[in-house]
Amino acid sequence: MLACSPAFAANWLPLDQDGIHDPKSPAIRALQQPGDALSKLPPDTAGNMVRWVDALEKGAINPRTNIRPETKIRVLDGDILMNLKGGMPIVRFPHRAHTLWLDCSNCHEHLFKSKTGANKISMLAILEGEQCGLCHGAVSFPLTECSRCHSVARNVQRPASGALVPAPPPAPPAAAGAPK
Amino acid sequence: MRMWTSILAGCCVAMLILAGSAQGEYGDVVINKRSDQEGMRPVIFPHWFHRIRFRCKVCHHELGFKMRAGANDVLMTDIIDGKFCGMCHNNDVAWGPDRCDLCHSGKPGLPSGIYGGHSTTGPGRW
Repeated sequence: MLACSPAFAANWLPLDQDGIHDPKSPAIRALQQPGDALSKLPPDTAGNMVRWVDALEKGAINPRTNIRPETKIRVLDGDILMNLKGGMPIVRFPHRAHTLWLDCSNCHEHLFKSKTGANKISMLAILEGEQCGLCHGAVSFPLTECSRCHSVARNVQRPASGALVPAPPPAPPAAAGAPK
Repeated sequence: MRMWTSILAGCCVAMLILAGSAQGEYGDVVINKRSDQEGMRPVIFPHWFHRIRFRCKVCHHELGFKMRAGANDVLMTDIIDGKFCGMCHNNDVAWGPDRCDLCHSGKPGLPSGIYGGHSTTGPGRW
């Protein structure tokens, strides 16, 4: 069993040993075991140990988008760059990955205003389970995975004004640093 | 003095074991608003199982489940009437509300909340 495990140890506990199911419950024999389902999906190193967006994009799973036929399925393509003045790498929020799973109304307007720049995002609030932390840290990848959101390198070259500009690196340095 | 130190150390170890034992899978929700007092096991809702089959938007948009864990007040009568879980748990899409034990499968006395390893605090407010 160990020999066929991936490089990292995925540790899905059997239901009767997970500490929350009652081992005496008749459900233990009837319910699907997490390891049976999750071990077949694109592996990850945190959360459910599954790359859920990859699983969707690669067709490993095809979860239903709606129950009612009249429900409008809304998917938005477009990234938002955030935290443009902080010290961490810039946050790239991908609308597409989120709207594949969620509807616009799950976040807008009660959690986040649609207007760019109108939201005061706080890492402390997120760590307390607010804003992004409503899902990240509970069901979607956990807050230990900093670089998945803080994913865009900050341009260290500051213009004369002193403001940081989230522009892509200028061509000559990028070409010089490109892998051979 | 030494006895008290031993007792204290023992309590710490016991707390660590207890804290570590109620783990569940990442995103498991224990719902025990009324189960214990009604003499039923608490409900365990596994996000992992459902998201393989349904996108978040089905339950959190169409069915009206609020995003914050603990913010949803779901009664068995609602489910039997086809609302919330009852939209699918109707013996058509999934097992019906007569299969009590399949959802009410948690350890008695387990507090409501989001469970699961590899997690940070998550939605902390109930």
